[in-house]
Amino acid sequence: MTSAAGYNFAYLDEQTKRMIRRALLKAVAIPGHQIPFGSREMPLPYGWGTGGIQVTAAVLGPDDVLKVIDQGADDTTNAVSIRRFFARTAGVATTTDTAAATLIQTRHRIPEKPLREDQILVYQVPQPEPLSRLEPSRAETRRMHALAEYGLMYVKLYEDITRFGHVAISYDYPVMVNGRHLMAPSPIPAFDNPKMHRMAALQLFGAGREKRIYAVPPYTSVVSLDFDDHPFRTTRAPQCCGLCGADSSYLDEIVADDKGGRLFVCSDTDFCEERRAAGHVGPEGVAA
Amino acid sequence: MIAPPVMLRTEGLAKRFTLHLQGGLQLNVLNNVDLEVRAGECIALAGPSGAGKSTLLRSLYGNYRADAGRILVRHNGGFVDIVSALPRHVVAVREETLGYVSQFLRVVPRVSALDIVADAARGLAPDAARAAAAALLHRLNIPASLHILPPATFSGGEQQRINLARGFIGGHPILLLDEPTASLDTANRDVVIAMIREAKAGGAAIVGIFHDAFVRDAIADRLYQIAPYQQAA
Amino acid sequence: MNLDDAPLLTARGLNLSFGAIPALVDVDADLWPGEMLAIVGESGSGKTTLLNVLSGKLAPRSGQVWYRDPDCIQHDVHAMPQPALRALHRSDWGFVHQNPRENLRMAVSAGGNVGERLMAQGRRHYGDIRTAAIDWLGQVEIDADRIDDLPRTFSGGMLQRLQIARTLVTHPRLVFMDEPTGGLDVSVQARLLDLIRSLVRRLGIAAVLVTHDLAVARLLADRTMVMQRGEVVEAGLTDQVLDDPRHPYTQLLVSSVLQA
Repeated sequence: MTSAAGYNFAYLDEQTKRMIRRALLKAVAIPGHQIPFGSREMPLPYGWGTGGIQVTAAVLGPDDVLKVIDQGADDTTNAVSIRRFFARTAGVATTTDTAAATLIQTRHRIPEKPLREDQILVYQVPQPEPLSRLEPSRAETRRMHALAEYGLMYVKLYEDITRFGHVAISYDYPVMVNGRHLMAPSPIPAFDNPKMHRMAALQLFGAGREKRIYAVPPYTSVVSLDFDDHPFRTTRAPQCCGLCGADSSYLDEIVADDKGGRLFVCSDTDFCEERRAAGHVGPEGVAA
Repeated sequence: MIAPPVMLRTEGLAKRFTLHLQGGLQLNVLNNVDLEVRAGECIALAGPSGAGKSTLLRSLYGNYRADAGRILVRHNGGFVDIVSALPRHVVAVREETLGYVSQFLRVVPRVSALDIVADAARGLAPDAARAAAAALLHRLNIPASLHILPPATFSGGEQQRINLARGFIGGHPILLLDEPTASLDTANRDVVIAMIREAKAGGAAIVGIFHDAFVRDAIADRLYQIAPYQQAA
Repeated sequence: MNLDDAPLLTARGLNLSFGAIPALVDVDADLWPGEMLAIVGESGSGKTTLLNVLSGKLAPRSGQVWYRDPDCIQHDVHAMPQPALRALHRSDWGFVHQNPRENLRMAVSAGGNVGERLMAQGRRHYGDIRTAAIDWLGQVEIDADRIDDLPRTFSGGMLQRLQIARTLVTHPRLVFMDEPTGGLDVSVQARLLDLIRSLVRRLGIAAVLVTHDLAVARLLADRTMVMQRGEVVEAGLTDQVLDDPRHPYTQLLVSSVLQA
């Protein structure tokens, strides 16, 4: 374990990490409730995961094994940069293997493989307030959370069903946490929402620009909002993965050539690779 | 033979108006009015124009607030004093006991004549109330084509007949009538006389102002003379 | 008569001033179930302030407002915890604003606007909510096929009727109305008056109605309170107050009405 000279372990100073940990403790104590924290300037722009990075820095220990994914992939710019950032400033081991990681920072996905009690999932959150588009006043949304007045969110669902015949929210689909707090699950696809419910791993959410932290402790109920006669349903592309043949994973659509050819592949690259290594082959794939 | 029960009695009733906009001018319109009406009896208020006949009638209805005395109305087996009763009790007395036919029709615009009359019916289902209202309007020679129209555009005589229908449909045990036949032709006047007679035969106590001597003679059992008031200094 | 003998809403000794301007001076008020009470007076007389204090939106400097709930428990409106007061406002109580845009969500369809209070109460069946919305649009004489239209496509009179449907959908026992027919054409006003009158009577709703229009008070209200400079100068049955006004101010008000 070696960290870059001149930086404190995991970049942030100890006082800041302590402040963030205090916010995290509060967040875990009140599942789904947004806790304000003193978000710091980080060496990357807002919207690139400043909230998630600060949470990760605050909980990261020298023995942790870190995995970072962006849209499910380990090899995208954002994921690579953040992974390298902590490798340099904290000297921790990194991995792309979901099962090997103890701490996973994610943008917009939950890994396909179920997580364990000894793992922590850190979400990067652009907008922590699920009611932000419906009620412009922050004072009012805080009051609505305090009094658990969530009728307005249902008005949004009602409008969707009326206009489109179904709830037209495909990502950041609002959830009720522990039967009390309405929560934005960050822009993960609605497909991933059921994975949050009673998840064995601790889930932490950091919003850097909005300066909010919230959490879902292990085995907490997380229920997607719906109507009795229009129950929540997940959707995915009807294809199976072109590379590994998986028919139940979340798929990305990739333009494969200049003639408009398209390929559907697992968005979770680690999941896909592991399947191919185990001998699964999709219609477009080559055996590993 | 036992005398019919007293339905309405006033004791020492007085009504004074203070006109603040005219320098506090005081008009003592009613002084010591003692009036008694029994079931099945019709009393005509008499006196020169301006003597206070309408004021007395409105006071009996609780529309004008008396300054002294009592107005006892037989209501639900007991007597209620209109002068001292709580406003909502006055409303209850008006709903169940005390009917009033004013000279002018005052209703929500846009509501049809039929609904205005049916609305005043008591204890009837909506359909039955409308049927009763239609029958009463027919009897008062309001053609069916007018029933569905709001009465705002009706002639004075038609409006008065709507008003009469509204006053009579409830079958109140006490009826106060302010010039019920003033703008009616002979045929309609006779219909109204018949209706008042039927109400009397049914035990209603009636107090009214009838300028038309023919009508008065046809239905009034006695006259109550009101002395012209004295203007106070 | 036993239950009805207890008022639904009771106010005693309400006082409030804005700086040196008295808005409420020793105001008492009672409202019984199923009764409509009009508060009349000119602009600045304190009638809207009284409405806001009665409905718990504005705290008086002194005095109390009591509300009797369906279980006959009395609640001190201004000592109630805010969650309880807000819950009251979306279930047992309703508030009809002069400007329907203040109450309606203009970016939400008519059906969503009517259904919001039901959803806020925890109703979670889309079909039932929609059925209730269609029913209520019918009751306020809006065509059922307008259910998915945005309120911005509605006329002023329709907006006001939509607001009434949105308010009454939870069958409140008590409705506060602030100049509900203000700002509307007279023809639209007449229709709305008739609608309010018949709905209130049919549903047995008690209502406090603020209006500067004596004709509106006469057509809708059982009782009327006349306010001047924060004081109730005269109160009684509406027809008594308007036909036999005693206070100089009421006489002035009544004699100032234009005859059409």
